[in-house]
Amino acid sequence: MDDRHPYRDPRHFDRLLSRIHDLPLSSPVRIMEVCGTHTVAIARAGIRGLIPSRIRLLSGPGCPVCVTPVEEIDRAIDLARRPEIILATFGDLLRVPGTDSSLLEERTRGGAVRIVYSPMDVLKMAQAHPDKKVVFFAVGFETTAPAIAATVKRTRETGIRNLFFLSALRLLCPALVRLAQDPAVLLDGLLCPGHVASVSGIRCYAMLATRYRIPCVVAGFEPVDLLQGLFLLLEQHVRGEAEVQNQYLRAVRPEGNLRALAVMNEVFRPEDARWRGLGYIPESGLRLGGPYAELDAAPLAPRGPSSSGEPEGCLCGEVLRGVAEPPACPHFGKACRPDKPVGPCMVSSEGTCRAFYKYEQTRGTQET
Amino acid sequence: MCLAVPMKVIRIQGDNMALVEIEGIQRAVCLDIVDESPRPGDFVLVHAGFAIHRMDPEEGERQIAELERLLSG
Repeated sequence: MDDRHPYRDPRHFDRLLSRIHDLPLSSPVRIMEVCGTHTVAIARAGIRGLIPSRIRLLSGPGCPVCVTPVEEIDRAIDLARRPEIILATFGDLLRVPGTDSSLLEERTRGGAVRIVYSPMDVLKMAQAHPDKKVVFFAVGFETTAPAIAATVKRTRETGIRNLFFLSALRLLCPALVRLAQDPAVLLDGLLCPGHVASVSGIRCYAMLATRYRIPCVVAGFEPVDLLQGLFLLLEQHVRGEAEVQNQYLRAVRPEGNLRALAVMNEVFRPEDARWRGLGYIPESGLRLGGPYAELDAAPLAPRGPSSSGEPEGCLCGEVLRGVAEPPACPHFGKACRPDKPVGPCMVSSEGTCRAFYKYEQTRGTQET
Repeated sequence: MCLAVPMKVIRIQGDNMALVEIEGIQRAVCLDIVDESPRPGDFVLVHAGFAIHRMDPEEGERQIAELERLLSG
């Protein structure tokens, strides 16, 4: 287990691939993954072109940058325009279009927008700029939320008074329940996000399997992990069963990471939140609560109306629900390209449109 | 965004941090939310500067065994 080699072994990969080809699939099978890192790993490994064409691999709302609604981006832009504020965030967010600007544009115009690799970086940033307010704009799912929460705790413990947090964090489980209930989204299997499960465990997927009869497999991110996960899902489908299986044993315990969950629950409270493409989902967002509420940047930046514009014709919302594939969008590859994105699914390195543009274009679309 | 990479712990440092390494690249990561305290030589899964999981060698072996069982089936 001391490295990733067994999970990159081409012999294992080829044998799994032939096992998949041997499965008796009588009708088209729709498998969705809901993790941007899966989206990219599947595209990079060329899996769509190698598996039988009856298997359709869809990407769900697994890219945090992509599901962040425009009004949250506008809020961060509003803060970045103020001379007393330094806005820090993850690099992927800079080019996401807001209603009339982006964080990158604000930086070009002289706004103090900083990219951080780890949320911990903002502690030093705040200490180095005592005359400014530093605001960390946080997006991410269950994997990221505990890291943000731990940073919030350290901020309070070290008595830093000029650091605040603007949370657009989202919980993936309520969104998956919403998808499972959506009659337009018919799924024969869910490739579940390994690193979200590393933190939150497999309970959510067990519930999806039991209540909605969707086969679920928690899978890792190396090529062999992905194919093994896919094989296990298809095997369940063929047997007519729906259960949760954990392929990613080396990273996921059934109960998750209880310590990380405790830190997350100490700092954050769930709230109803809007997702791009999915609308409002009860208790799917996280805001700072209890003694940590005083570090919340939300009061500094009132949220604008949620109707504020999605780019016209952009199918990002449909792509995020797995009901449209990128080439179905009129902008895809034309007005919307990685160097000039129209919608967030082309902006983020983990966006479905971006991954499709980079890796899958030449292969064309799959049959419907 | 949910990218996480297994990295080897070189040593535990002050302030609940650890020095970790992958392919010759070293980084300091925070141990505030890791599920089990790692020791030098252990592998941890690192996300956004935080160790989020100590990788259990037994679980790794179990996973390889599962894979081999599947491939021989």
